[in-house]
Amino acid sequence: MDVSPLLLSLKVAFLSTIFTFVLGILAARLTVTMRKGKGFVDGLFTLPLVLPPTMVGFFLLVIFGKNGLLGGFLKAVGVSVVFTWVGAVIASTVVAFPLMYRTARGAFEQLDENLLHAGRTLGMTEPALFLRVILPNSIPSIMAGAVLAFARALGEFGATIMLAGNIPGRTQTVSVAIYTAVQAGNWELAYKWMLIIFTISFITIIAMNAWTRRASSFGKGGSRAWR
Amino acid sequence: MALIVDIEKKLGDFTLTSRFEAGEETLAILGASGCGKSMTLKCIAGIETPDRGYIALDGQVLYDSASKVNLAVRKRGIGYLFQDYALFPNMTVAQNIACGIQNKDSRAEIVDELIGAFFLNGLEKQFPAQLSGGQKQRVALARMLASRPDLLMLDEPFSALDSFLKWQLEQEILKLRDRFSGTILFVSHNRDEVYRLCDRIAVMEDGATQSVLSKTELYHNPQTLSAALLSGCKNISPAKRTGDHSLFAESWNVHLATQQTIPYGLKYVGFRAHQFELANGDSTNILPCRVVRLIDDMFSVILLCMPLDVPPSDDALLRFEMPKSVWETLKEKDTLYFRMPEDQLILMR
Repeated sequence: MDVSPLLLSLKVAFLSTIFTFVLGILAARLTVTMRKGKGFVDGLFTLPLVLPPTMVGFFLLVIFGKNGLLGGFLKAVGVSVVFTWVGAVIASTVVAFPLMYRTARGAFEQLDENLLHAGRTLGMTEPALFLRVILPNSIPSIMAGAVLAFARALGEFGATIMLAGNIPGRTQTVSVAIYTAVQAGNWELAYKWMLIIFTISFITIIAMNAWTRRASSFGKGGSRAWR
Repeated sequence: MALIVDIEKKLGDFTLTSRFEAGEETLAILGASGCGKSMTLKCIAGIETPDRGYIALDGQVLYDSASKVNLAVRKRGIGYLFQDYALFPNMTVAQNIACGIQNKDSRAEIVDELIGAFFLNGLEKQFPAQLSGGQKQRVALARMLASRPDLLMLDEPFSALDSFLKWQLEQEILKLRDRFSGTILFVSHNRDEVYRLCDRIAVMEDGATQSVLSKTELYHNPQTLSAALLSGCKNISPAKRTGDHSLFAESWNVHLATQQTIPYGLKYVGFRAHQFELANGDSTNILPCRVVRLIDDMFSVILLCMPLDVPPSDDALLRFEMPKSVWETLKEKDTLYFRMPEDQLILMR
């Protein structure tokens, strides 16, 4: 059995989770602090969640393609996106981004406003407030968003096949491999891949939940806790 | 004057107009819930921006709509004690206190000093979730002082506490006054707290600050209806001036003589539930009443009474409080004669 789709899927999922993690948090911070045009920007950031993935893939193709908006520039610096694993990372990042963005935004908005006011009266700057108060107190939601983003990126199909294609050994991820296997009537291979993906996804979620509970307890639930 | 506030802010159909000055003292802002007390503090801190006006602290302009000055919250040097204390849940006690100290070299030293001053020894590494309500408030006070503010603002710090804890924390605030020499603003709806903790009192009603009174003035001569109600005056009636020292109380249908000269424009007269004398039918300022209801309090008896010759209504209802022993001597009588001393009547415009 050729394991290259699994290695590629993991590589793509990890990289795009890292990108969406950072981008989603920054985007959430931006919209939470925005005064005007909040609804428009929020709609824009959420679009990849509601559009058909094939449509997202098509847009990406338009942007990153040979004659696309960024295609010419990328070609000049020697990076090709279409039909490469980089394209798969971009596709997964874009599709998973709204999940990270929306959970992070929800967490920031739910935070007790007085914590922010208190921080400011104590002389904290906005970046300090974000790094030392807002982020640490949003860990559970942010991690939940990261898990969702990872799971979504791992299973990404539509946008990936549009942008990165289905080249065995180069851009064929597990999701695409399952599709190909079923198309070819190779159900045995399809079942194997499904079992592997099922196991990885499930373990990721369980492990993340356990870690999040520990990392965000801040003395709650300890034996000396006051009720 | 250390603090000058003169601001206006519109919020829907509610208009806030705060106007007062405070020196190096503890000034209370006393008002019913929703009258704009907290909004006033938020404007001073810079959390909310007024529509127009002027705020200055120790000569430094914090906000001035005329010259478009609006200093950032973190540069105002104001210590704010929030109702729920707003301790950072992700930081230990020591970290909470340290985060307001800008100077890295003296940080550990200041934290140590405040930990000692607020009896937090041994709790340095605890998280807020592990602390009791009293400990949380002490941490919040220590954290507030750590940032070396020029003005302290306490927003109803005892509102959600039981009476025993409240008493302990009140003592902490009194101690705070010894440690801090600048202006303290104390917001509350509780006249007893305010009387114990403050020197002067700004009464606030429907979004507007009324006159600033000393606490003895508020008690003996509240001047306005809202101030009288906030000072705990239970018996109030619309009144008409009938002479320099006589008035007619409409709800109780009685002519009363007063010691102080009655101002033109008198609107209400009032007296406190325990400031009466017992009399028989033939002296002045007498109000004959029958008891409508008796409420048995811990150490006293509260009587709700209706004056005779007045059609029954809630407006005319009078409230008298007396020790249980006094009530024992009265309870057989049908009609009680209460005399209102001429020098105890509260006149309001």
